[in-house]
Amino acid sequence: MTTTTAPAPLLEIDNISKYFGSVIALKDVSMFVRPGEVTCLLGDNGAGKSTLIKVLSGVHQPDEGTYRFEGAEMNLSSPRDALEYGIATVYQDLAMIPLMSVWRNFFLGSEPTKGFGPFKRFDAEYAKRTTKDELGKMGIDIRDPDQAVGTLSGGERQSVAIARAVHFGAKVLILDEPTAALGVKQAGVVLRYVVQAKQRGIGVIFITHNPHHAYPVGDHFVILKRGQVYGDYTKDELPLEQLIQMMAGGADLEALQHELERAAEEGDQAAENAAAGLEEEVEKLDELTEQRSEDGE
Amino acid sequence: MTTGTAPPPVTEHDERLRKVGRLSRLLSRPELGAVVGAVLVYLFFAVIAFDNNFVSWGSLSSILNAAAPLGILSAAVAMLMIAGEFDLSIGSIVGFAGMTIMVLVTSPDQGGFGWTLWPAILVALVFALAIGWFNGILVVTTKLPSFIVTLGTLFIFRGLTIALTRTITNRTQLGGLDEVSGYDLAQKVFASSITIGGGRFSIAILWWVLLVVVSTWVLLKMTWGNWIFGVGGDPNAARNVGVPVDKVRIALFMTTAFSAWLVAVIQAVQFTGADTLRGTGQEFQAIIAAVVGGTLLTGGYGSAVGAAFGAFIFAMVKQGIRITGVDGDWFQVFVGAVLVIAVIFNNYIRQKAVKK
Repeated sequence: MTTTTAPAPLLEIDNISKYFGSVIALKDVSMFVRPGEVTCLLGDNGAGKSTLIKVLSGVHQPDEGTYRFEGAEMNLSSPRDALEYGIATVYQDLAMIPLMSVWRNFFLGSEPTKGFGPFKRFDAEYAKRTTKDELGKMGIDIRDPDQAVGTLSGGERQSVAIARAVHFGAKVLILDEPTAALGVKQAGVVLRYVVQAKQRGIGVIFITHNPHHAYPVGDHFVILKRGQVYGDYTKDELPLEQLIQMMAGGADLEALQHELERAAEEGDQAAENAAAGLEEEVEKLDELTEQRSEDGE
Repeated sequence: MTTGTAPPPVTEHDERLRKVGRLSRLLSRPELGAVVGAVLVYLFFAVIAFDNNFVSWGSLSSILNAAAPLGILSAAVAMLMIAGEFDLSIGSIVGFAGMTIMVLVTSPDQGGFGWTLWPAILVALVFALAIGWFNGILVVTTKLPSFIVTLGTLFIFRGLTIALTRTITNRTQLGGLDEVSGYDLAQKVFASSITIGGGRFSIAILWWVLLVVVSTWVLLKMTWGNWIFGVGGDPNAARNVGVPVDKVRIALFMTTAFSAWLVAVIQAVQFTGADTLRGTGQEFQAIIAAVVGGTLLTGGYGSAVGAAFGAFIFAMVKQGIRITGVDGDWFQVFVGAVLVIAVIFNNYIRQKAVKK
């Protein structure tokens, strides 16, 4: 699968397993992302996506397997640790603080300062200017960096969060269902920034359960199922229809289809029976009326 | 995108930005409600209590003198509440710190330790900060609501104040601080006053102003301020971007404890003594002042200036009721009503600010 011309993976996990007590959350999961590529991580609810994100972003430590970043094996101890290496995670709903302004959000946790000693302060002008510039570079035209993030749409919020991660030197960007709660148009906005980030040479891990969002931006698809890798394909190996089928659970879907068909057939049969029964009734009724009229005469 | 139309000319001004007037910018400030409220309450009493000399230097000084201790507490409480936490134990810390000073300076023949004043003040500070740290550690490690944790420490430290003072000195009130070495300087620093136009303004007002200025500087200009708003707005989001959430919380619990210590020192020096029950109920008054000042109970929004005006309103109502000769029993009714009205008003303002 790996051609000799492809760049080395930026982040790679090999046979990662994670257990919670008796629960096997992940078993022998392997995947990688190269710079300037989007690896889509797909899976239905309960497939282990969340656990895998947490392992990738340093929240959980894997019980087995190796984690390699830029070729070196490492153990991440915290999200902060991951962030320092340039592994940034943008969470679905935890990305922004609604009551704070865009520029305060943008620099939260990494505030630029000026001045010395007790007068060392948050450089607001620089922060406002940079926020507007950085968002502009990603193609997001913010109206007023002073406006509260709560006034932005969901898609804009995700985009600001992505722009922030890119600004702070993310080499790997992990996006946790960035399009899940968005409308069609808004999801499109976010997907455009995913491509922008990729074009800047960032390795993107895009987690979603929507194959229609994954397929246009992805270079590489990893399908998780019941804590294991169910499939690992490049884009040219996998047409969209097949991806959708696999996402929905392939065989399960077929079984479901048969079941529905059978139910429909049975339904038809029942309808026929009912119709036949009705005809009989009508005939009986006809006969009865005929008899009556004969008796009456 | 691919059509031949030229890109819009680049202008300095964004055409989608409506010129927002000074007034509506002002409207989105958290302290606005309290400033307007303070003016209204002042006018109200100025009219109904005009004959009782409400509008005078003397009256203003007694309002500000009463507001100062509450204002000192509420500036710190506002910061803590912006970070989404409560501290119900500060009233008890006022009592504990005050008694610590008094027990240490009381002469050995009366059951004390016979220290001079300044070392006693310093030890009380260390104790107060330790209690604040303890509150903070308890909240971040147990992950219980700080309301419950500090409700517990409210009783623990009030109880300890009473029990230890009685065990050591066999009394619940200690006086005679003015005879202790070091009092003269302490009196100048914590309890002196200047007279302007017949009003005696206590130096506590200066401490109050200083604390509000520092708090405002921290909240709006410093990195820490950004963290405080972030922690209160959404602790998980803040943690995900690398804000040291627990450190911020612990530091703020120590700040409220510090403010309680300052009030304890000011009052002990001013009254030349302390009582084991000193500070009772002040935790709620400080929260009321902060909320009237526009601080959200749910965190993430508020200001120290607003809390100062909240404390001012509180003291004004108290003074107004006192000098108009209305039965003091009605004071609590007023305070409760002002609190509810303030919260309704704040909610309305905040919704306008977020969804403009």
